[in-house]
Amino acid sequence: MRRNLLWPLLAAAIAVPLAVAATSPLLEWRDPVYIAAGLAGVLALAILLIQPLLAAGYLPGLPRPRGRRLHRWIGAALILCVVVHVGGLWLTSPPDVIDALLFASPTPFSVWGVVAMWALFAAALMAALRRPLRMRPGIWRLGHTALVSLTVICTALHAMLIEGTMGTASKAALCALAIAATAKAVIDLRSYAVLKRRDR
Amino acid sequence: MTAMQSTRRRFLSMGSAFTGAAAIAGTTGLIRPAVAQGLAPTPTMRGGRNNYLPGAPIVQRIGGGGFWMTGTVRRAGDGAPLSGIRIQIWAHTTEGRERDPQSQGATLTAADGSFRLEMPQIVPVFGQPHGHLAYDSGDFETVFLRPVMSSARDTTLSADFVLQPA
Repeated sequence: MRRNLLWPLLAAAIAVPLAVAATSPLLEWRDPVYIAAGLAGVLALAILLIQPLLAAGYLPGLPRPRGRRLHRWIGAALILCVVVHVGGLWLTSPPDVIDALLFASPTPFSVWGVVAMWALFAAALMAALRRPLRMRPGIWRLGHTALVSLTVICTALHAMLIEGTMGTASKAALCALAIAATAKAVIDLRSYAVLKRRDR
Repeated sequence: MTAMQSTRRRFLSMGSAFTGAAAIAGTTGLIRPAVAQGLAPTPTMRGGRNNYLPGAPIVQRIGGGGFWMTGTVRRAGDGAPLSGIRIQIWAHTTEGRERDPQSQGATLTAADGSFRLEMPQIVPVFGQPHGHLAYDSGDFETVFLRPVMSSARDTTLSADFVLQPA
């Protein structure tokens, strides 16, 4: 694939599902807080596609040092999106969110969402504590990668099981691309190198 | 979602099949527990109570209508239909959120134990198009149900209660 196609492809992969969700007929029956919570979730899913591209420096014009710096800022924005998502749903229907957080929800997808949220928070906490705790590079990379991989997979399961404002096709495409981009970055960056060394 | 629902149904029918098998085993064997006879009570579903506002008025119709919630109420054990039982119904519809008072209403079962209440169209929220029903009048054990529609385009939804005397 030619690299200069990456930007327009990325823009389409994110803009189409966002546009579908933002024009869903279901929005007519929802209040602004609920709509904002839903769109924050869609945006968070889109960020999961951007993050591995930045971390691995795949995007033209954003090689690794610059990409990594942006990765940190967008990571902070991702945390904010998840907080708005969960907080907005809490305001919309407190008992449903309490059930989800306590893993007592009748909906199977909420479990995946909550696991993804905690994995993401742990990945972000690791990033914040990396320097103060002087984590070893191999351990840091393996831990952060394992946590974000869990986040991406659980988020995809969460999103695909939901009957909501997102379109099925554009949602599936975005989830598949996020998983593929994460897998490629993990393999290219040899994030599991610390395990291989120990094997020998 | 469809798979989930059919699994639940299969699970419930499996449950009653087991109860039936247990009843047969009980009759043929020496031990004959009282609970093994007949219909088992319906358990409360997870999340069934969410956004329940107790004491909604008995109404002819919730809002403008167009959607039908139906079901039956029977007694655990002998399966006798129960008439005059108050069932409260609420959902996120085209006319309001679950916890809005105008989204909640109640109806009474007929002589054959059936009930039906017209309400606005249910729309998907929190990932599933679903309704809520409650039996919470005291003569029997309280039961909250949360049935899921197999399609958001459905214009009916049903739920059956088997109540255990309190």
